[in-house]
Amino acid sequence: MAGSIVAGVLAPHPPHLVYAENPPQNEPRAECGWEPLRWGYERLRRDLESIDYDAIIVLSPHWQTYVGHHFLGVPHFKSLSVDPVFPNLFRFHYELDVDVELARAIAAEGRERGLVTKMMENPDFRVDYGTIVSCHLTRPEWDKPIVAISSCRSAAYYSVDVMAEQARALADATKAAIAASGKRVVLLASNSLSHRHFTTEADVPEDMSREHIMHHGQYLWDMRAIDLLRRGKTQQFIDEMPEFTEQAISETDAGALSWMLHALDMPSYAAELYAYGTVIGTGNAVMGWFPGGAQ
Amino acid sequence: MSVVAGVIVPGIPHPLLCPDANEGWGRLRDGFAEARRIIRESGAERLLIYSTMWPSVIGHQIQAHPQPEWVHVDELFHDLGSIPYSFRIDAEFGERFCDCARSRGLQARTVAYHGFPIDTGSVVALKLLNPDNELAASIVSSNVYADRAETVVLGKAAREAIDADGVKTAIVVVMTLSNRLFTEFIEPGEDRIHSAKDEEWNAKLLEFLAAGRLEDVAQLSRTIQNQIRVRKVVNFKPMWWMSAVMGQHNRYDGSVLAYAPLFGTGGAVVALMPASTNRGDREFDEDDVEHFRGDRSVLADTAASGDAAPVSATPPAPSAPHVDGAPINTAAAPKPVGAYPHARREGDLLFLSGVGPRQPGTNAIPGGPIRDEHGHPLDYDAAAQTEAVIENIRVILEAAGSSLDDVIDVTAFLIDMDRDFAEYNAVYAKHFTKIGATRTTLAIRALPTPIAVEFKVIARAPAS
Repeated sequence: MAGSIVAGVLAPHPPHLVYAENPPQNEPRAECGWEPLRWGYERLRRDLESIDYDAIIVLSPHWQTYVGHHFLGVPHFKSLSVDPVFPNLFRFHYELDVDVELARAIAAEGRERGLVTKMMENPDFRVDYGTIVSCHLTRPEWDKPIVAISSCRSAAYYSVDVMAEQARALADATKAAIAASGKRVVLLASNSLSHRHFTTEADVPEDMSREHIMHHGQYLWDMRAIDLLRRGKTQQFIDEMPEFTEQAISETDAGALSWMLHALDMPSYAAELYAYGTVIGTGNAVMGWFPGGAQ
Repeated sequence: MSVVAGVIVPGIPHPLLCPDANEGWGRLRDGFAEARRIIRESGAERLLIYSTMWPSVIGHQIQAHPQPEWVHVDELFHDLGSIPYSFRIDAEFGERFCDCARSRGLQARTVAYHGFPIDTGSVVALKLLNPDNELAASIVSSNVYADRAETVVLGKAAREAIDADGVKTAIVVVMTLSNRLFTEFIEPGEDRIHSAKDEEWNAKLLEFLAAGRLEDVAQLSRTIQNQIRVRKVVNFKPMWWMSAVMGQHNRYDGSVLAYAPLFGTGGAVVALMPASTNRGDREFDEDDVEHFRGDRSVLADTAASGDAAPVSATPPAPSAPHVDGAPINTAAAPKPVGAYPHARREGDLLFLSGVGPRQPGTNAIPGGPIRDEHGHPLDYDAAAQTEAVIENIRVILEAAGSSLDDVIDVTAFLIDMDRDFAEYNAVYAKHFTKIGATRTTLAIRALPTPIAVEFKVIARAPAS
């Protein structure tokens, strides 16, 4: 039986959410914070519970490669991830399994479509915190193997349009590899929407009296993006993405969301919005797409 | 002189991990070795690294773990191998640097966490310039949003911290010249500078640096960003920082120790040694800035948006002096060098922050500074400085609705009691004998700017 994508998730990766959740693997401890987003992830997890799946494929902006897309190629990783920007919030002891076979298959399909791909086979490699945060918030049990894909920063060299084309090719490769694998897979696009940060931090990071969108313009763009996706106007969103990415300084420049929406065949059905909230000024939405029907 | 050398090195790992695979990578490796020799001969006891490969978002981060250890793997060139490291970090200096940055209005923090991911560029620099940890090191991040003013102030904060302990320090900037990598994997023998344009610009920059024209290169930063940098960050900043910490001029002996392509980018190892000869006029076309007051607000409606709202570039307007607790500032007095007002009223009293002799607007020091920008001592006139201090106090008190006659208590700070007390005392007597304020005079090691005299004053507030 052909494999399939059973869900796609816009799964932003602010380490603040893990910090506020206080899982045992994380060293820093918080009092609370960013609850609307964490409750959103809770509802997402509840919906995913009713779906049977074999693996998670995540594309993270924080594994940045300027030469092609890279894939984790070691079966098991165990180490400590310290966020380079928020080390005060995120020092996470992780242990995860990789579906190397599926990763190799996507990389091979990508090469056939003209993409530069490479397997990362160094066992000392440290998995990026974006991958870890998105996977942890989606599946804190860490009982599903993952395929982690790096973000090829083609937007920095060429344009968002070139990035979108590469994302489309990577999506086709992903779909083909999943179909051939016979596996049921959840895709994670690990990115925020608007992405202009504050450059200062409150003394108590979880002080919610200090949290808000960095700028109203970002909020307007975020709402437009969410509105289009909730109405199933996915192609229109993709068409507008270059301007959205530029105007909202959006983390969609990483290609993760474009990749996932292409892999989902540009849904004409509504996305489920689980939560929207700001984290240190950036706009974050937790959203889900379920090709098999609403959960 | 506390800054004894400066070097520019590339952070891409090939010269460390596979120098024999390409003749140019080997030359760069040799360039690192030569830079190491130059640093040793300079007498440096510490390396201070600014790495363009360590991006920060929340202000500026300074490594302060005394002995960070890890096995590092580059996120792009992971197939070249792992890099185990154990470094010797000057944590005390890191804390001081952080304090200096904060006192100049910057957001800054130290990081001292096991497993903190030290960037590839810093790892490469330390492994090749300081393989035996003979020198203590410090590493500072490159903020992605920072532009010139913030970067220059960060450089000055670094210099202030270096001067404070006097430890001879070599400045290390981790950067490439042109930074466009190939977007496909190449065989080592195929490496070249990505384009003829990049090659030409790299040659221009190296010509300037070989002539010791550091400040001129710094002034070209915006052009460099437009011409040969892939725009991952808002601007090309490392030369602003290096110039600010080493001295904003062109008086250096420059030498290009190696130059070669590094996966398409321009990799260069350059040494800049402080020199006494003049390499040309200073051609500043932008303001020199001492204290960061935030980005200029170009969005009028963000003025009240809280934490990250752009802050006005001008100091706050004088507020009503009769309001309890209200900060009192005046443009007629020199700008504070930290996050404090000129004065503040509490009840019937006015408390003035420490006041020195700097002149409002120009920051000129009557009687001359006590040292030059390299830390060399200068002759100065303590009497003229004392006169200027008292005049600044008078101006602040009048802005608060008070006067010199209302001074109750004075604490005076002198950096050299033996040399300056008599002159200071005579000037003081001229102004304060009739006033009869109580006074304490202290000798201290240093003041934040190159001045010899500072007063701290308490005075009667005007009637509400």
